[in-house]
Amino acid sequence: MKSNTNIENIIALSEELRWQIGDDFHDNLAESIYADASKIVEDAVTKDNQKSKFRLDAKIDKIVTSRIWGFPIMLFVLGVVLWLTIIGANYPSSLLATLLLDNIQPLLKTFGNNIGFPWWLNGFLFDGIYLSVAWVIAVMLPPMAIFFPLFTLLEDFGYLPRVAFNMDSLFKKSGAHGKQALTMSMGFGCNAAGVVATRIIDSPRERLIAIITNNFSLCNGRWPTQILLATIFIGAVVPKSYSSFASLSAVIGIAVLGIFFMFFFSWALSKTVLKGEVSTFNLELPPYRPPVFWKTIYTSLIDRTIIVLWRAIVFAAPAGALIWLISNIYIGNESIASWTVHFLDGFGFLLGLNGVILLAYIVAIPANEIVIPTILMLTVMVTGIHGGVGDGVLFELDSVTATADILKAGNWTLLTAVNVMLFSLLHNPCSTTIYTIYKETNSIKWTVVASVLPVIAGFVITFLVTQIWRILIY
Amino acid sequence: MMENKTKSACDTCAHFNADGLKKLGVKIDNFDFVVALAGNPNTGKSTVFNALTGLRQHTGNWPGKTVNRAEGAFEYNKQKFKLVDLPGTYSLLSTSEDEEVARNFILFGKPSVTVIVVDASRLERNLNLVLQILEITNNAVLCLNLMDEAKRNNITIDTRILSKDLGIPVVPTSARFQKGIPELIQTISELANGKIKCNPHKIKNIPKNIEKSVQELSQKIEKEFPTISNSRWIAFRLLEGDTQIIEALRTGKMATNEI
Repeated sequence: MKSNTNIENIIALSEELRWQIGDDFHDNLAESIYADASKIVEDAVTKDNQKSKFRLDAKIDKIVTSRIWGFPIMLFVLGVVLWLTIIGANYPSSLLATLLLDNIQPLLKTFGNNIGFPWWLNGFLFDGIYLSVAWVIAVMLPPMAIFFPLFTLLEDFGYLPRVAFNMDSLFKKSGAHGKQALTMSMGFGCNAAGVVATRIIDSPRERLIAIITNNFSLCNGRWPTQILLATIFIGAVVPKSYSSFASLSAVIGIAVLGIFFMFFFSWALSKTVLKGEVSTFNLELPPYRPPVFWKTIYTSLIDRTIIVLWRAIVFAAPAGALIWLISNIYIGNESIASWTVHFLDGFGFLLGLNGVILLAYIVAIPANEIVIPTILMLTVMVTGIHGGVGDGVLFELDSVTATADILKAGNWTLLTAVNVMLFSLLHNPCSTTIYTIYKETNSIKWTVVASVLPVIAGFVITFLVTQIWRILIY
Repeated sequence: MMENKTKSACDTCAHFNADGLKKLGVKIDNFDFVVALAGNPNTGKSTVFNALTGLRQHTGNWPGKTVNRAEGAFEYNKQKFKLVDLPGTYSLLSTSEDEEVARNFILFGKPSVTVIVVDASRLERNLNLVLQILEITNNAVLCLNLMDEAKRNNITIDTRILSKDLGIPVVPTSARFQKGIPELIQTISELANGKIKCNPHKIKNIPKNIEKSVQELSQKIEKEFPTISNSRWIAFRLLEGDTQIIEALRTGKMATNEI
């Protein structure tokens, strides 16, 4: 142990000296460092400024961060990414559906029969678990395999900080931190990842705002729902030549609406429970870097697509089992599922939804990806359309048209579709995100706020839309 | 007999011994040396980290991507190196959380070697952090990354002069294309084993009255803690009134270098 008096003497001396040299010590030291740095660079570095690429970077930045072009370019980029996803995913999706649902599933059932499985085991395994997993793969894999790599390419190119730059003043006005633009962008990939990314925000107040509102970024588990419903219902109300444009606009509209809600709730939170000053920060616009194309595709497939898909499968399997069970266990004359659906129907009607949709959102809390498959399974069961398989069994679907037929048989209208799109944007985060929020905030209170706030917003918005719609149309 | 001799000579020779390299990913146990990876945000630290450890941490072109302290390992010539990827910072002077994590690790984590990753095309701005790190630690190597971008911007860097001015080895790399990584590994290994001695640059151009105070203070510190090598830097921090450093002196943490 060192003698404490000596140490205290040193500290006392430092205080005395600090007083002597005055308070510009910090600036003096910083200046010395800069002087040294510039001397060293002068010695070692030669630069041909005429041909510098910085000029090109600056030129690009002048356009993509300009007041006039900044926002249109952002929407355009988002539009291109979505368009490629919608167009590109269609074909592999139906191919996978044909393979997994039309060909392999009957084989598995025959196999089960042949080795003497009882009907319930055969149904539980192949109509419940297998079908929901196969459905998730067919519906989710193609759009993810296209969307994630495209997003990663944009990220590697260096576009995200420009988004943050463009939106900085909006965030400031809503009382949030400008870096929230980055965490919001990450949320478009996955909300759990977006919540973790909020660690780049130092101020606890602004970080909480970023965490609570991250769920308003439409995550990858929800894009396919939006795209599917927009294609079936929105695309159908306009002439055929405009249909893909109309559905694309609808999806972008929902994403932009999400951003609007994110700003609104950031503003509301910072004016009420999370009051405080907006902190300033430096944001460096990194140089544009041409992404290493194949490597990026590979890592984003491994890091993101496969991990997210795996998570969806892990949650889809028990959900499939649960759906099969509640559809096949009867209380009196009614299965548990149909009893619950009828119970929820009244409330669902108020919101322009129905019992099936609400039950699906309860079953799908673990993963947004399985909402549509669950809705289809439950609709088939309630409406009694049979593909020759039985209650609570996923229908054999290999195209968008078949999905449309089922939903229309379930009495879906344009209003239902619009409301499901809205509710898909505005409902509780998935269980992974909820758990991540808890880990990051260490607070049950804020976790509950972050989980419940969007659901309430969803109830209010769908209720309002439905009532106004019904008054105007009927 | 001959064969054995040749092989052992190769193992120790100054050129890179590719056979001696094993990327261990996250298998970090019984390591011989700790290596810290520091640098400004967005200079490709995570890419260098991946290239050294064989891990595939996602990298992205936006500052602040690495929020956690990532750890990995590699083995070279039968010695195991644990690699710690620190959050990117512009400075170690002020007190954001990132800067504190990075500074505390270099200060108290006592890495055998600190690899400072810089953007070759923005060297001057990056040197601010480099010079601060060189005040804290003696064993460092400058990883002059993104050489491909510097080349595209028509920037040429004389690495020998740079190395002489900074007093530490300088290794040019393009980690995204795996260029220069063998040389970096070789240099890390030589530094860790004491085969290269650094004589790092200390901040000059300090106003006289400050320099005098710093000297007076650092002499006192050296007398009290003879094992400390960065007394000058501690003097800087004391003059700034850094409560963490004062606390570390009081508890003896500064002398033992334990976290």
